Amino acid sequence: MRTKNTILFSLISTFFLIFLISIWKILATLQGLNINSFNIEVIFIFGLLISLAHLGIGDRIKSFYKSIIFSSIFVFCDGYLIQKLPVWYNLGVFLIIYFFTNKISKYSFIGLKEEHSSQVILFDFLTLFGILFFSFVILFPFYMMLVTSFKTQIALLVNPLDFSINFGQDIKDLFKSYFVIFKSYKFGKYIVTSTIVSVGTVIVTLLFAIPAAYAVARLNFFGKTFLSTSILIIYMFPAIVLVIPLYTIFSQLGLRNSIEGLLIVYTATTLPVAIYMLQGYFKSIPKELEEAAILDKLSWFGIITKIIIPLSIPAISSVALYVFMIAWNEFLFSLMFLDNPNSFTLSRAIQYLSGDAETPRQYLMAGSVVVTLPVLFIFVYFEKYLVSGLTAGSVKG
Amino acid sequence: MNDTLANTEKKTAYILTLPAVLLVFSIILFPIFANIWISFKEVELKDIRIPEPRAKKIVKSISDEPTKIKILYKFRNSSLIQEIRDVSFQDNFPKNFEIENLDPRCSYKKYSLKCEFGNWPAKYRENFQVIFATNDGSKIDKKNLKSIKPKLDGKSDNILLNTNFTLKNFKKVLFENEFIDLLLTTFYYTFFGTVGSIVFGILTAQMVNQKFYGRTFMRSVLLFPYVAPVVALAYTWELLLDPNSGTLNSLLLNYQIIETPINLLGQKYIEINILGFDFKLRLALTTVIMFEIWRYFPLAFLFILARLQAIPKELYEAADVDGASPFQKFFNITLPQITAVISILFMIRFIWNFNKFEDVFLLTGGASGTRTLPINVYQQGFAISDIGMGSAVSIVIVVLLLIFMFFYFKLLGKRVDEN
Repeated sequence: MRTKNTILFSLISTFFLIFLISIWKILATLQGLNINSFNIEVIFIFGLLISLAHLGIGDRIKSFYKSIIFSSIFVFCDGYLIQKLPVWYNLGVFLIIYFFTNKISKYSFIGLKEEHSSQVILFDFLTLFGILFFSFVILFPFYMMLVTSFKTQIALLVNPLDFSINFGQDIKDLFKSYFVIFKSYKFGKYIVTSTIVSVGTVIVTLLFAIPAAYAVARLNFFGKTFLSTSILIIYMFPAIVLVIPLYTIFSQLGLRNSIEGLLIVYTATTLPVAIYMLQGYFKSIPKELEEAAILDKLSWFGIITKIIIPLSIPAISSVALYVFMIAWNEFLFSLMFLDNPNSFTLSRAIQYLSGDAETPRQYLMAGSVVVTLPVLFIFVYFEKYLVSGLTAGSVKG
Repeated sequence: MNDTLANTEKKTAYILTLPAVLLVFSIILFPIFANIWISFKEVELKDIRIPEPRAKKIVKSISDEPTKIKILYKFRNSSLIQEIRDVSFQDNFPKNFEIENLDPRCSYKKYSLKCEFGNWPAKYRENFQVIFATNDGSKIDKKNLKSIKPKLDGKSDNILLNTNFTLKNFKKVLFENEFIDLLLTTFYYTFFGTVGSIVFGILTAQMVNQKFYGRTFMRSVLLFPYVAPVVALAYTWELLLDPNSGTLNSLLLNYQIIETPINLLGQKYIEINILGFDFKLRLALTTVIMFEIWRYFPLAFLFILARLQAIPKELYEAADVDGASPFQKFFNITLPQITAVISILFMIRFIWNFNKFEDVFLLTGGASGTRTLPINVYQQGFAISDIGMGSAVSIVIVVLLLIFMFFYFKLLGKRVDEN
């Protein structure tokens, strides 16, 4: 049992180390370093030696010193004997080994004797591996989007792997792509259009949804159950099915290429989920408050504005943020309804930009950064509100 | 008393819900019926524009006669295919203008020229000329004359409103257009995209449900692909995967993992040799599915994580007492607890992936074997400009979805009964 677990432990931890070092190597390669091989065999042997040595030494040396010693040896062997690379690269390797030895420091010969310890090891390392793997897979495209926007086409043609940013250069050169898209491609105007459309959608949706949600949550009327079930069914209806009829109707009414047209469609598509989310929250507000208000002869308008809205600010803000995000990110309808560059939204403008094969990629990426940043910023800042919105409105594609 | 109270309540409810209901009905429900209507018609993109009578007004002075003026109207029917009936024309003039040559179709009263032109066939053009003279001998202001715009009116058939129906569109969709291939591609895309995102969702939720440093940050990061705009993400992926200078291919070449670049988004098939058997993998489709999974697994993650956090801790504590291994705990406690969420997720994601348009459109535009049904709606309707065909394809989508939902609920209903 112990031998088997020891072998398993050292193998799994070694693979984990190989993974860590490989990611670091990829990132270093993208900074323009000339690394042509992962040196998997060397790291494999080192990893095995480190984990076995760790088990062998056990508690005889304090784990802090142990980590330092292992890291130094590894960096010395890998950095100065095999690959001659800059100091920052080796510092990174040092930190990785330090992190790695810290992670394995909780395992010992005694622990490996315990029941299920092989599965525990596997589970622990899979979790660690998963966290790093998913962080890398998700953040990598965002990272590439950002760094590409600071490069030039020529630099990328010379070395497609050099994404290092030269911070020493003039601000104007560094942010050149951003200056260009705002000056030559009118991105300022598109930002204004996108903002007007998104904020407008939020306002109109709330104006329509709050009274309707209140009625569904509180009042008794014929057709109520039908209404509340049809809300969700309607919401599942695919946008691609609406596109052709709406296109023909909007063409004949002259609503294409207009902000009003987009506003109407966005509001209609987000209304069902807004009503659904709000009525759920309204139901949780104690009824006694309204009964007191009715005795005070407040009209329904008074009840909604003076009692319901102040009490449901969290729900309303989460609906507002969610609707804003949907409207800001929306692409299908803006593709169909807008063909005049003067009325483009940001998403449509970027798609239009990419249609021209001559457009340098850093401009495209700068545009992508411009359209992505506000959403990510809002998301990170208001995460609590947005997550509840996402969970409730998650039927949206 | 109670009765009137109930009545006012009803009235209030209708007033409150009416705006929302009207809007949703007119923008979502009405188009669905309109779609059925259009799908039985032969309509092209150019037929949608309503034909209008148009006039261009040209003012010409006559040499040697400063008190006279010639006005030329260039009339035309804007449509190349439809006639306009009962065209009427009106133009106003300054108060000292007298007409010299009155066309029999026209009348000139109160300094206003009115004409009835009858019917204009498609492509109709006419140059219509009138000469005016001032009755007080004053000079003519040409600019002022030009600024008065003539009014034209006419009746025309709206091709969308007539009652000529045809089954041609559906015949074309179902029998001519490689329908089976289209259906299979859509099914692969939907099914593997859905299953993949759920599997990754389970893995990540299980991961984040454990305690580690930076857990809340990790939860935010995992949701990034879902909240970021699809346009930005699709183009970033396209650059990463580009065969000529894309980062992925450059990296693989640099580490000598491949010898020639792979065109991940532009190659329909790739030959793969596994254990001596040759497989043909739909490469571009696989890449698009990968993107799909990458973008939508966060949603599954969010759902499943919420469910995981609601599982009572006592279950795991009891399992620990019984000496269960981590894998036993996962398969015997966690998995049964999340099956309900997974089946809901499966349905939601299946429906939405089935209708997904933007992702494929932005990545490949439907080329190299990635043409799904929604892409076909766009291609028929706007690339080939056959609105009727596009509508027919979207009706097929709705019907397939309804069939799917019917069977899904039937199966689900049975399972609930058995429990």
